[in-house]
Amino acid sequence: MEKEVQKEKTPMSVYTGYIKKRARLIGKDIIRHRVSYLFMLPYCLLFTVFILAPVLISIGLSFTYFNILEKPRFVGWQNYVDLFFADEVFLTAIKNTFLFAIVTGPIGYFMALFIAWMINDIRNKKVRAFMTLLFYAPTISGQAYVVWKYIFSSDTYGFANAWLMKLGITFSPHLWFEDQKYIVPILIIVVLWMSMGTGFLSFIAGLQNVDQSLYEAGYMDGIKNRFQELWYITLPSMKPQLMFGAVMTITSSFAIHEQLAALAGFPSVNYAAHTVVSHLVDYGNIRFEMGYASAIATLLFIVMVLCNKGIQAVLRKVGQ
Amino acid sequence: MILKHRKRAKQSHSLVGNTISIALLVILGAFMGLPLVLAVCNSLKPLEELFIFPPRFFVRNPSFKNFHDIFVLMSESWVPFTRYIFNTNFITIVGTLGHLFVASLCAYPLAKHRFPGRNFIFWLIVTALMFSNHVTAIPNYLIMSRLNWLDNYLSLIVPAIVKPMGLFLMKQFMEQVPDSLIEAAKIDGASEFKIFSRIVMPSVKPAWLTLIIFCFQDLWNLQGSNYIYSEDLKTLPYALSQISAAGISRAGATAAVAVIMMIVPITIFILCQSNIIETMVSSGIKE
Repeated sequence: MEKEVQKEKTPMSVYTGYIKKRARLIGKDIIRHRVSYLFMLPYCLLFTVFILAPVLISIGLSFTYFNILEKPRFVGWQNYVDLFFADEVFLTAIKNTFLFAIVTGPIGYFMALFIAWMINDIRNKKVRAFMTLLFYAPTISGQAYVVWKYIFSSDTYGFANAWLMKLGITFSPHLWFEDQKYIVPILIIVVLWMSMGTGFLSFIAGLQNVDQSLYEAGYMDGIKNRFQELWYITLPSMKPQLMFGAVMTITSSFAIHEQLAALAGFPSVNYAAHTVVSHLVDYGNIRFEMGYASAIATLLFIVMVLCNKGIQAVLRKVGQ
Repeated sequence: MILKHRKRAKQSHSLVGNTISIALLVILGAFMGLPLVLAVCNSLKPLEELFIFPPRFFVRNPSFKNFHDIFVLMSESWVPFTRYIFNTNFITIVGTLGHLFVASLCAYPLAKHRFPGRNFIFWLIVTALMFSNHVTAIPNYLIMSRLNWLDNYLSLIVPAIVKPMGLFLMKQFMEQVPDSLIEAAKIDGASEFKIFSRIVMPSVKPAWLTLIIFCFQDLWNLQGSNYIYSEDLKTLPYALSQISAAGISRAGATAAVAVIMMIVPITIFILCQSNIIETMVSSGIKE
């Protein structure tokens, strides 16, 4: 009772009283749902320590000079300034990353969607399962991409060189992974080869679950061919899967590095296959300039999130 | 019933269109499949067939000598080969089971309970799908060294447990478990954990098979050379990559290594494919 009298004295105390009341309500809510929180505790704890904290630490470190041995020293925006104005290799890396992301991202995404769509038309269940496996296998086959090193071998034992020479197109073997002209196109082929990914499985599943009565309704409304069917019925009803596929594609196409390093060498000839992640690995794992590497990681992170937001805005327009 | 619908759905499909789409599938399928076939063929080729001009696609005199070479090479190292196999199996099994348990435990309230902060936590996890490992690699190393987990299985196992993808798929799939089932159990006086372990988990079997497969693939291929220094803790992929590092003289053994590493995940995918597809139906991101 006394409290209420006090509250009416000034508007400020009314306000704090309101906040206290809210806080108490939320507190009660939390206690009431303590079992839910208890269930989530182990994951959330690990998530905070091994995903959330690293991202924040990385942003923090990006403003320091840090070589692991000494304590981090604050340098302000210096790392970012150096990246854009003093590091030519980084500019090459950006150019390559965008080249790979822009070419392999959309092509890989639409190829996955297109293939899933064609596979879905196969009526025999066994054949459908086989085709799904066939297209997904390169993604999960670990380091099987080294076989491309054999196909595009620089000597005459490689298939590409042997066939070109046999057909009389060239007379001496091409140095596929040493010649700047060829490195990027060949690597794009390899990246596309293993680009089906989780998004592809999501598309296959989404297509199988489109409500079939929608198609019948579509014919009544005058849908004539399979492309109209795709645009007006199929795609709008699998929008959530399209979103998921986009997130997966963007994340993987901006993080291309391992395949490139294994095939074209690390560093590659004249940095022709040097991506932002290559640069990050170079400074983080080899030169131990952790502050600088963190700045690269932070930029990569920001670009990935922005790109995702942009793509999601575009996908919202599908079928309209 | 479904078949009838499928037939009707073909009204808009012309014969020409079908032919073109089959032709495209065959061409693209060859592009996807032939390199893998070549990888298998190469592993069976004796060295003189690997280096021959003109190169042959298929193997003439198949032999398992390359696979035999791996065992010979590995038996020369001072850590027994079985130790690497044990390490990778241990990390894979513990990591996968831990991931399955922790992620499902967290997915259940996210899918079925309403409580303050639920949307925020889920939004955080969807955003975390976009983080690639590279972004968090450096701070993760620092954290591991603070925890004294470097050169320890934990440094490989724990990050795998916390992968957001598994939690995301599990939560999306659990939403389909009918609420009436949970309500009925509650009326019967079952505790939340009992509902989770006896009712929810058994009815999301496709989802946890999918989780197991994705997590297994990641861990099976994990080299972990950043975190592990002791030879007797190193993983199988790391040990095998040492073989390929020797270059052209080990070309045969390298090809065999690639086949060994790809056969396990592909086999598991074949066995569980229908479950994975069933799970992926609910993988979509809604707004």
